[in-house]
Amino acid sequence: MKDVVIIFLCMAILLYFLLGGADFGAGIIELFTSTKNRSKTRKTMYQAIGPVWEANHMWLIIAIVILFVGFPHIYTTMSVYLHIPLAIMLIGIIARGTAFVFRHYDAVKDDMQWFYNRIFRYSSFVTALFLGIIAGSLISGHIDTQATDFYTAYISGWLNWFSVAVGLFTVALCGFLAAIYLIGETKEAHDKRRFIKKAEFMNVAAVVFGAMVFIAAQRDKIPLIEWVFKSNVGLLAIISASLSLVLLWYLLIKGKTKVLRILAGFQVTMILLAISYAHFPNFIRLKSGNAISLLETAGPEKTIYSLGLALLLGSVLILPFLGYLFYKFQKKEE
Amino acid sequence: MDDFIAARSQMALSLGFHIIFSCIGMVMPFFMAVSHYKWLKTNNEVYKNLTKAWSKGVAIFFATGAVSGTMLSFELGLLWPKFMDHAGPIFGMPFSLEGTAFFIEAIALGFFLYGWNKLNKWFHWFTGMVVGVSGLASGILVVAANAWMNSPAGFDFVNGQYLNIDPIQAMFNKAWFSQALHMCLAAFTATGFAVAGVHALMILRNRNAYFHLKAFKIAAVFACIAALLQPLSGDISAKDVAIRQPAKLAAMEALYKTEKPAPLLIGGIVNEKDKTVKGAIEIPGALSFLAHGDFKAEVKGLDQIPENEHPPVAITHYAFQIMVGIGTLLLLVAITYFFILFKKKPLTEKRWLLKLFVAAIPLGYIALEAGWVVTEVGRQPWIIYGIMRTKDAVTPMPGIAYSFYIFSVIYISLSIIVTFLLYRQIKMVPVLYNNPESNK
Repeated sequence: MKDVVIIFLCMAILLYFLLGGADFGAGIIELFTSTKNRSKTRKTMYQAIGPVWEANHMWLIIAIVILFVGFPHIYTTMSVYLHIPLAIMLIGIIARGTAFVFRHYDAVKDDMQWFYNRIFRYSSFVTALFLGIIAGSLISGHIDTQATDFYTAYISGWLNWFSVAVGLFTVALCGFLAAIYLIGETKEAHDKRRFIKKAEFMNVAAVVFGAMVFIAAQRDKIPLIEWVFKSNVGLLAIISASLSLVLLWYLLIKGKTKVLRILAGFQVTMILLAISYAHFPNFIRLKSGNAISLLETAGPEKTIYSLGLALLLGSVLILPFLGYLFYKFQKKEE
Repeated sequence: MDDFIAARSQMALSLGFHIIFSCIGMVMPFFMAVSHYKWLKTNNEVYKNLTKAWSKGVAIFFATGAVSGTMLSFELGLLWPKFMDHAGPIFGMPFSLEGTAFFIEAIALGFFLYGWNKLNKWFHWFTGMVVGVSGLASGILVVAANAWMNSPAGFDFVNGQYLNIDPIQAMFNKAWFSQALHMCLAAFTATGFAVAGVHALMILRNRNAYFHLKAFKIAAVFACIAALLQPLSGDISAKDVAIRQPAKLAAMEALYKTEKPAPLLIGGIVNEKDKTVKGAIEIPGALSFLAHGDFKAEVKGLDQIPENEHPPVAITHYAFQIMVGIGTLLLLVAITYFFILFKKKPLTEKRWLLKLFVAAIPLGYIALEAGWVVTEVGRQPWIIYGIMRTKDAVTPMPGIAYSFYIFSVIYISLSIIVTFLLYRQIKMVPVLYNNPESNK
């Protein structure tokens, strides 16, 4: 059952990166859209993510519940030593979630819209940035559980070159995912071109920041290159991600939207796999050189068993319903 | 500000905020479903408009409740890591089920809000019902987790170790039923009276009276039924607390000395230093009856509980008085309402009754928050009753006070914006739904 729970955890994290990420990306795209096109972007975006955005964010809740029920030690270590970035990410989640709903449900469309829009855009950026920073910090090996001073214990664990580079990389990936998603959601050729441009821009940004991640890893003495290139799976994942990039650009020019989505999702999955496979099942790498492993710190057997059962039961109920939701609202009046 | 106090204040603020939004998000879908059903059955346009108008409110509250709930699932660890380290695997079961229920609720809400003219009409109605039922299930599950803190079960505590963990037994702890019942009825009472009150105000101002009257009736019936049932559930809770948490009951009633029979104190000023209560109305033997069903039974006072295990008496006592006082008031309103309904008198002529409902808008929520204070403050100094003290659970990170200030600003601004949005929604009813049908 432990394996089932871990698979669910990985799935929830992956899906949150993909779906929640595309959702943050929508705000990031809006941030980088010229003023004259913004209201149109907003409209497309609302139609596209309006019905599904709440569900997309549930994956975070699922992941966090699995952590605190099944792997309390990991959950509490994160909570204590990454308190500050977690709190900032949460503020971002609160701000963008409410701003997104408020701007749609404000019965009077006036200057308040300006205010909601601002909050939505900036908090989308901040949330994605800090989500990446947290992910980077977990593997950076900067978290020091033996620290005695405030700076080492609560700041340097996440405020380092590597974590920030991962944060920026995440922002670019989110923007990329959203742009790819939105291409398929618009019917006008002009808008399509605009989103394709955005996707290209975000893709280039992702490659640049990706390179920065490697440089920062070198600088912070994180064996990222070893993880990615010395393990077969890591290598395979990074090669397929790179190869699919070529295909992606080709399809982007051709404007094939459905395949594009799958491919973009595939790429991000491969990137996550490449980074995390080498040190799996370790979840948090510590400064002391030790690591907190999913397998070793799992909760008592009975808890894991009932958690696994609850997850299986939940997915029987959730997945068909969720699938139908996506299906129903994608099939436009074509 | 002391870090411990700051952490407790932040938690109290977050829960106090979340509880209102989640209760509305839990109850409103049922009002919607009734109105929606009437629209499908009678084809009266006003019910469709009403369903749509309410669904906008639900969307706002659901989103706010969802993000503040996400916040809470992290906050448990951010503020109380040592508690979560031990408690997570024991009381996590309801949370993992709640995750499922909440997920289903979010999906169903997506269908419901965006499904007008796109779905089969009865499937559409069904998705609305699913929102309500899964919301209610989420509420019950979360309260079951809280009940575990009051009534720990499903493990053996041996030499500081938590052994033989059984999450199912932990979920069905002794307090889950009485607490969940009380909470659900409170949610229906508070939300029902608030919604009914707002619509009553609009009827009094004669704005789209037909529309608001339909709305008022649906909300008022739910509110009044719940208000009638609440005292019974309160009685179950009182008897349960008397056995499980005598310190809490003693603090609720400011009973410093064990008495047989014990009187019920109404009101009064508590002096925590001298351990006295001044100016309270005493009803002899009534507390014995409420706690144990016997006018002559002994009720344990705080003198039988070690000093370092006393909860703050004054706050618990005052909060309890507020809760019971308001509960009684709302019960009277409910009885009056049913009396008038029974006599079949037109409501619009009973302006005093509508005014009564307007006055009751905030009351349910005040009672709800007060009740929450009773159960949480009354459990102190424990975070897991009898097992772990709250001060031993707090995060080692200093500077929580700043976090408390920041989140206070966020929650206060959110409350202001949500109130402002609702005000605008209500103000726009004539514009958005102004067709001859709804203005008969």
